[in-house]
Amino acid sequence: MMRISTHRNVAWWGVAVAFVMVALSVGSGVFAADIQSHAAALTIENTVLSAAQFKTATTNGESFTTQLWRTIFLRDYNTRVVVLGTMLLGIGSGVIGSFLLLRKRALMGDALSHATLPGIAIAFIMMEWFFEDGKSLPGLLVGAFVFGTLGIVCVVLIRNFTRIKEDAALGIVLSVFFGLGVAIMGVIQSMGTGHAAGLESFIYGKTASMLFSDAVLIASVAGFVALLCILLYKEFTLVCFDAQFAGSLGWPVISLDIAMMALAIVITVVGLQAVGLILMLAFLVIPPAAARFWTNDLSRLVVFSAAIGAISGFVGAAMSALVPRLPAGAIIVVVASLFFLISMIFGRRRGVLARLVQHWQLSRKVAEQNLLRALFELGEPTYAHALEKREVPAGDADVPFRALLDRRVWSSQHLMSLVESAKRKGLVRATPDDRYALTRQGLDEAVQVVRNHRLWELYLITHADVAAGQVDRAADRIEHVLGASMVCELESLLSEKAPHLTMPASPHVLVRSRQLSDAHKSTGDSC
Amino acid sequence: MQHDAVSQAVEEGADVSEAQLSDSPLAVRDLTVAYGRKPVLWDVEFAVPRGKLVGILGPNGAGKSTMLKAVQQLIPVASGRVLVFGKPYRTQRNIVGYVPQREAVDWDFPVSALDVVAMGRYAKIGWFRPVTRKHKTAAFEALERVGMGDYAHRQISQLSGGQQQRVFLARALSQDAELYLMDEPFVGVDAATERAIIHILQDLRSAGKTVLVVHHDLQTVEDYFDHVILLNMRVVSVGPTKEVFTSENLQKTYGGRLTLLDQAIHAAAGSGRSA
Repeated sequence: MMRISTHRNVAWWGVAVAFVMVALSVGSGVFAADIQSHAAALTIENTVLSAAQFKTATTNGESFTTQLWRTIFLRDYNTRVVVLGTMLLGIGSGVIGSFLLLRKRALMGDALSHATLPGIAIAFIMMEWFFEDGKSLPGLLVGAFVFGTLGIVCVVLIRNFTRIKEDAALGIVLSVFFGLGVAIMGVIQSMGTGHAAGLESFIYGKTASMLFSDAVLIASVAGFVALLCILLYKEFTLVCFDAQFAGSLGWPVISLDIAMMALAIVITVVGLQAVGLILMLAFLVIPPAAARFWTNDLSRLVVFSAAIGAISGFVGAAMSALVPRLPAGAIIVVVASLFFLISMIFGRRRGVLARLVQHWQLSRKVAEQNLLRALFELGEPTYAHALEKREVPAGDADVPFRALLDRRVWSSQHLMSLVESAKRKGLVRATPDDRYALTRQGLDEAVQVVRNHRLWELYLITHADVAAGQVDRAADRIEHVLGASMVCELESLLSEKAPHLTMPASPHVLVRSRQLSDAHKSTGDSC
Repeated sequence: MQHDAVSQAVEEGADVSEAQLSDSPLAVRDLTVAYGRKPVLWDVEFAVPRGKLVGILGPNGAGKSTMLKAVQQLIPVASGRVLVFGKPYRTQRNIVGYVPQREAVDWDFPVSALDVVAMGRYAKIGWFRPVTRKHKTAAFEALERVGMGDYAHRQISQLSGGQQQRVFLARALSQDAELYLMDEPFVGVDAATERAIIHILQDLRSAGKTVLVVHHDLQTVEDYFDHVILLNMRVVSVGPTKEVFTSENLQKTYGGRLTLLDQAIHAAAGSGRSA
């Protein structure tokens, strides 16, 4: 039957859309419920005031647990605005960040966020000049957007029209724009308008200064970004994976790249106030990088990344609301990197632990197969007889532990543990006088391994002109990993030397077991 | 009849009239490409007949891959016209399939073999729409044609080099094109995969499709290709393999590069015997 995963992918996108929708509707619903009870025109002063009230309330004997409870369940209006806003920001940047990471443009996000600073400063000065109030957020964000775009354009121009590579171009743009921004900020301080006090929140981030209208802005931008990414999912995927092929289909690769970058700029700009331009990159890069450890499927990667972004945003903003001096941006990064660390270690697909376990399982399997082959070769005549007659191997194949130990280079503890685990699995049985033999089940597995080993040896001798004395070591490594199709191919290649399903004789003297095999006058030991 | 007229005109180096070109799956006129001041392709001109396997041969740096990209307007072109069945390339994109070099993409990308093959359907699916079951089925069939049906849901990094190449081939097959442009599909694949790929190309030819293949191994040229284009910045020679793949032409194409020349002469000597 054909296994086609349309349903699975549709389901995943359903989850993604539902996730965004729920977040958006919870956000807007909560906001709507509160909007009547609060004055429509909330100002920064108002927020500071209510933050102060919040503080007073806590000092008035409210316990920390109650406070924690109130924060987690978003009982306070301000907390609610801030936390939900930051969460949505996390979703939006997690989604677009996934594509940025796959397009290998992650550092572009850093250059662009740093490049926004002069934009903010210049916008402030101009608004101060013309309207006597430089603090209007939309104005500041427009400035940030313009300069963020300018920064990206500069990187692209430097990269395309000079011999300077992209990493250097990013470094130049990032530092020059940021330096310029810091200088203009200095000028603003010395202007002494008194309004400039909140501007540094754009550098380090200050969720507490987020207003209802800001949260609405973030929510709509994040929703817009997520929606466009879903609409352009297929297009973004192809451009990230194979831009040449996308071009051969006649797609405007450059425009799609610009769209992708523009979404990143937009989400960065609206996130500046909450997270700060230094740490905004973390919001774009860490969630998808962490999600990559868990899945090999792009649609899941996007959903996981959005979820990690959302949780980081939630925890970061909530903690910062709980402990007023904690900067949300920093907490968000710490939480996100915690996710990253956990994913790196425990990630199901590419985590360190998963790889270690795989490696351990493989080496365990190899050691077990080595044990089975050693037992088989030490008692080969008996086992061959048992195979022929299809009966349980007789007792005269029992091998003392010492003989097994001499068979390969392995320590007696290692061998002991191998024997014990093989006994538990019913592959090996032991006699009271410490002698060992294969069980029927163990014999079946041993036959596979020995057969693979000898097929490979024969192949090396007949088809690769390797001397018979040299083939044992090569086959020793390959016997564990020969797949079924490879074995079939070997069988057909060696059909006359190793008739199907019978055990070919070893093409060389079985080293170390010479005394035993001499005693048995084994037919298998001819060169 | 018309096929012959085209190839004959091309062999004679005569100017091919527009009427004759209208039947050629790919006709290139006066194509020039330059990186900076350094010309890479100079005045490339050829037309290939329909339903043939065409090998593009030439030394390293001769501009073979560049030509495939320039034909599809993936890189800026200084001058030149590209006609697909007599119409400008731009309007004929949907009947051209492309297999880029395998090294051109990051095989660690989080998609499955089936996802990659489905990319060949994207132009048919259209903007903003998701990949529907119908297109997934078509992609799966293309995977089965290259013998990779069992690997449909493998992540692409878990495939061997030869399997990755077959996935790329399946993606081009799923494009359902009339003309295929393939950039070194035999590089880095084992002998069995190479045989499998050439069989698929021969199937395409029997179905009346035209396939252009950038190729390196001079020993197999005569077995694989009906037509060859010998390229070294300019077209040295173009036409049926028997007539064009001669030691003289190879010397012109690979001239000066001694090791390759030996190989070329050796191959041509072989061709002399068989002819």
